[in-house]
Amino acid sequence: MTLFIILLIAILIYIIFIQIGRVTDLARNIRGEERTQTAANNANGFGMLIFMPLFLGACVWSALYYKDSMLGYGPHSAASVHGGVLDSIFDVTLFFTGIVFIVTHIALFWFAWKYRGKVGQKAKFFAHSSQLELIWTVIPAIVMTFLVIKGLDAWNEATADVGPTEVPGKDYIEIEAMGYQFAWQLRYPGADHKLGSRNYQLIDLANNPIGQDWNDPKNYDDFQPDKIVLPVGKKVRVRILARDVLHNFYLPHFRVKMDAVPGMPTYFVFTPTVTTKEYRNRLKNYPEYQEPADPANPEGPRRWETFEYELACAELCGKGHYSMRRIVEIVSEEEYEEWLAEQKSYFAQNIMGTDADPNKEANLKKMEAEKAAEEARKAREAAQKAAAAGATTSVGGMGTTGTTTVTTGAAGGTVTTIGTQVGGATSGGGTTVEIPEGMTEEEAKKKGLLKRIIEKGKDKVEDIKENRADRKARKAAEKAAKEAENNNN
Amino acid sequence: MANIDVTHEEHSVHDHGHHDDFHDEHHGDKYQSGFITTYIFSMDHKMIAKQFLITGMFWAIIGGLMSLVFRLQLGFPESDMAWLQPILRGWIVVDPATGIGTLDPEFYYALVTMHGTILVFFVLTAGLSGTFSNLLIPLQLGARDMASPFLNMLSYWFFFLAGLVMFASLFLSTGPFSGGWTAYPPLSALPQASSGSGAGMTLWTVSLVLFVVSVLLGGINYITTVLNLRTKGMNMWRMPLTIWAFFVTAILGLLSFPVLASAFFLIMFDRGLGTSFYLSEIFVGGQALDQVGGSPILYQHLFWFLGHPEVYIIILPAMGLVSEVLAVHCRKPIFGYRAMVYSILAIGFLSFIVWAHHMFMSGVNPFISNFFVIFTLIIAVPSAVKVFNWITTMWGGNIRFNAASLFAIGFVSMFISGGLTGIFLGNSAIDIQLHDTYFVVAHFHIVMGIAAFFGMFAGVYHWYPKMFGRFMNDTLGKIHFWITFAGAYLIFWPMHYLGMAGVPRRYYSFTTFDAFAHFEAMNQFITVAAIVVFGAQLLLVVNFFYSMFFGREQKTRNPYGATTLEWTTPIHAGHGNWPGAIPHIHRWAYDYGKDGKEFIPQTTPLAEGEKDEGH
Repeated sequence: MTLFIILLIAILIYIIFIQIGRVTDLARNIRGEERTQTAANNANGFGMLIFMPLFLGACVWSALYYKDSMLGYGPHSAASVHGGVLDSIFDVTLFFTGIVFIVTHIALFWFAWKYRGKVGQKAKFFAHSSQLELIWTVIPAIVMTFLVIKGLDAWNEATADVGPTEVPGKDYIEIEAMGYQFAWQLRYPGADHKLGSRNYQLIDLANNPIGQDWNDPKNYDDFQPDKIVLPVGKKVRVRILARDVLHNFYLPHFRVKMDAVPGMPTYFVFTPTVTTKEYRNRLKNYPEYQEPADPANPEGPRRWETFEYELACAELCGKGHYSMRRIVEIVSEEEYEEWLAEQKSYFAQNIMGTDADPNKEANLKKMEAEKAAEEARKAREAAQKAAAAGATTSVGGMGTTGTTTVTTGAAGGTVTTIGTQVGGATSGGGTTVEIPEGMTEEEAKKKGLLKRIIEKGKDKVEDIKENRADRKARKAAEKAAKEAENNNN
Repeated sequence: MANIDVTHEEHSVHDHGHHDDFHDEHHGDKYQSGFITTYIFSMDHKMIAKQFLITGMFWAIIGGLMSLVFRLQLGFPESDMAWLQPILRGWIVVDPATGIGTLDPEFYYALVTMHGTILVFFVLTAGLSGTFSNLLIPLQLGARDMASPFLNMLSYWFFFLAGLVMFASLFLSTGPFSGGWTAYPPLSALPQASSGSGAGMTLWTVSLVLFVVSVLLGGINYITTVLNLRTKGMNMWRMPLTIWAFFVTAILGLLSFPVLASAFFLIMFDRGLGTSFYLSEIFVGGQALDQVGGSPILYQHLFWFLGHPEVYIIILPAMGLVSEVLAVHCRKPIFGYRAMVYSILAIGFLSFIVWAHHMFMSGVNPFISNFFVIFTLIIAVPSAVKVFNWITTMWGGNIRFNAASLFAIGFVSMFISGGLTGIFLGNSAIDIQLHDTYFVVAHFHIVMGIAAFFGMFAGVYHWYPKMFGRFMNDTLGKIHFWITFAGAYLIFWPMHYLGMAGVPRRYYSFTTFDAFAHFEAMNQFITVAAIVVFGAQLLLVVNFFYSMFFGREQKTRNPYGATTLEWTTPIHAGHGNWPGAIPHIHRWAYDYGKDGKEFIPQTTPLAEGEKDEGH
């Protein structure tokens, strides 16, 4: 029904316009060509005159209204080192083009009004002027030269690859993003800081989405997270790949964009400068980010609280092109290390000991040994727990849990040593965690130093002794690992 | 002939022209005897021009309607589209539970792709350059017809055939091609990657290869005609700027379109014969393909080697038409005629060495981009010269406002606005952020979409009497102008802010990303503006066909007081354009307001001691 009414109104408007057209044609016959034309000149010349301030005003007003979308302003400032430079070139270009835009438009509309046709008015015969033409050839040329130099300087800086002497892991972090229909597969190099080799022929959607070559030991520690986590202030080299069609690795907040091309790895090197948390705090100051993140839940978190950096695709890749989102998190160096420690290698989780594993036999042995060690550790932990329960009861009278010992030690201004055994077969004999002088246990926890201990039954640690079975299992696992390594070599 | 008015012009032609053994036959000759040879398989350039124009209008309406459908999706993603199902059939997916219809994403991309292809090739290349090159080259040069009327006819019919094939692809069960008008492989090469890349892509390539044939046949004809069939006295420096523009356009087309055809042939080989020109190390549809060693970037080089000249193939004819219309209606010579010609030549030359500025982010060596940045930004100089010259042409004029001159002025405004944003995008550093965002969409729609349309509209309103012997209704034309002028800015200006905010183009929906999701109001506004502006274009269509039969009749041969030759022919000129003698040229095309005279036609001999300004 509404559609019908809209159509009806549209048709009516057309009829009105057409009738106006016919009437003016008739009027032209009555009033004569010349008078009609003069009236049209006045009306449309005046239209141009009015259009000038309306148009230029609307341009300026809209720019102010949407200033928060402008590159380099307010919430839309770059979060990378090179991004700030690009934003500033954008602003310089905006300055020059803005002047040209306003001046030429004022001239255009003003001349249209000023020189509208009048009866008896003669047009000037002004066919050319070398001086004028020279001026408006040279001035744009100079401005362009300036912009080109500034732009290319930034361009070559922004697109430079890492130097040949730079060491991955130390000078920069190398990660990999592979676009496919319709998501991104991410890969981190693991402890060796090197991404293992891959071959598209080895891709198996269920077991090897990247096509990693399991004969390459560099692949063993590579892991595949579902988001990009990076430390602030550290140079990152993203190796960009495509599995099927073209994609584009686009990080709008970092001014990063590069096509992912099947068969030809590309790269982009950038340095994030603002952590996600800092960026959120920055956004807090803008009213549009005070809106609730979910309009259906007006009491819920604000937009700035849920803000995340995002990875998008910027090259048409098929019908799901608009949905290739991954979260990018920029964190402090410590948080990054902590996150790294939590990640598990794809190989260890999915490949080791399966048919795809080139060292299946050795790895199976190793895994069995590890499993035994793990079981032993569990048994031991259960024992510890039981013991701890007893201890807690015994110190419970002091009003706190068994952590009292630790706390007291720290408060006493000495370095308290807490010996515990974590990680079973893989760690060597027991990890020693030291709480530095002048730091309470709470602070230490925050720093992550005590995290593991806290998770694994945090009390009565001084009583723990490594039992024999456990040690045996660990030795067997170490031996198996060594054998596996020898086989690889 | 009803309107025989023996005017100054005819005397001039009669007295100063020469006979070339042309026999004017009132009841038709072999070129125009029956209905079929007159209206369908016509070899008369004026009729072919009308054929190009009307076919172009048909495609413009189709392409425009497509944009409205995908604008509805972008502006009102939640709204029910079930009402479109009778037309779009299976591409509207109706939820059986709620009855709410949504646009299929695959079809969204098909619409975007078809909109681009149709508008760029069928409307703004064939409809613009095809129409006015055909109409004006022989008329303004004093030629009986094109050098080869037969090739000219073939040129139209290849275009028609290309259109048929493209139109057929809209009805495929797998849908028309949906990989963007640039058709980058591997997406366009692999039917496994997208359903539109199956039969849709096959028909798309076939259609465009036919189109390339059409452009080449037309172009070779235009060039030959300009070089060989100029009437006596019409040296190159006396040609109107329209002809210069069409001439350079034809050269660009002739040099660049074959490269596009080669790109398409290679993609056909990759699709059908298992070659790997563009394909390498691809895993798609659950299996690894055999092809290795190809490069998708090779296609991009070949495509943009056409693609960039193509934007000048679109904009140069519009520039030529605007230059002519502005001069005629400002009653002033175009300012800096030689500079205008040199800048057309410079733009034409530079357009061949800037193609990779579309590829800064495609993975080409960043070092190469340095050269393309420099050449790209050099183009700003001749473009700036043209803009300043148009504005100076208006300065001190006696401007006659009608639909044609209004659109010419609107063109200058659009060209400034869209040209300036090109300076951002041509600078590769800024392009890192703006590439493939709505900033690009805003830029090219303003500078080569809207601006080229404005040039075309100026041409249609101005030369309509030359085509049909009647005027279009000028009041309707002015209403058309003001709605379109303001409306086009309302559509595309806000897109700059979307682009700066980083919103990528070719997104079916913005809700997935927090960074792109908060522009609903702006997207709705753009959609409403687009619907209104499209509605205003129907005014032109109505006006066009209405005026053909009921428009104000053209009573005098030279209604605008123009100097150029096309206004010296009879109002309803038959084949051969001039009955009897063919006119001679004695001066350049822009003697307006010279020596106190309103205008001096090109056919008027130079007075004693008078200097020809063209030299």
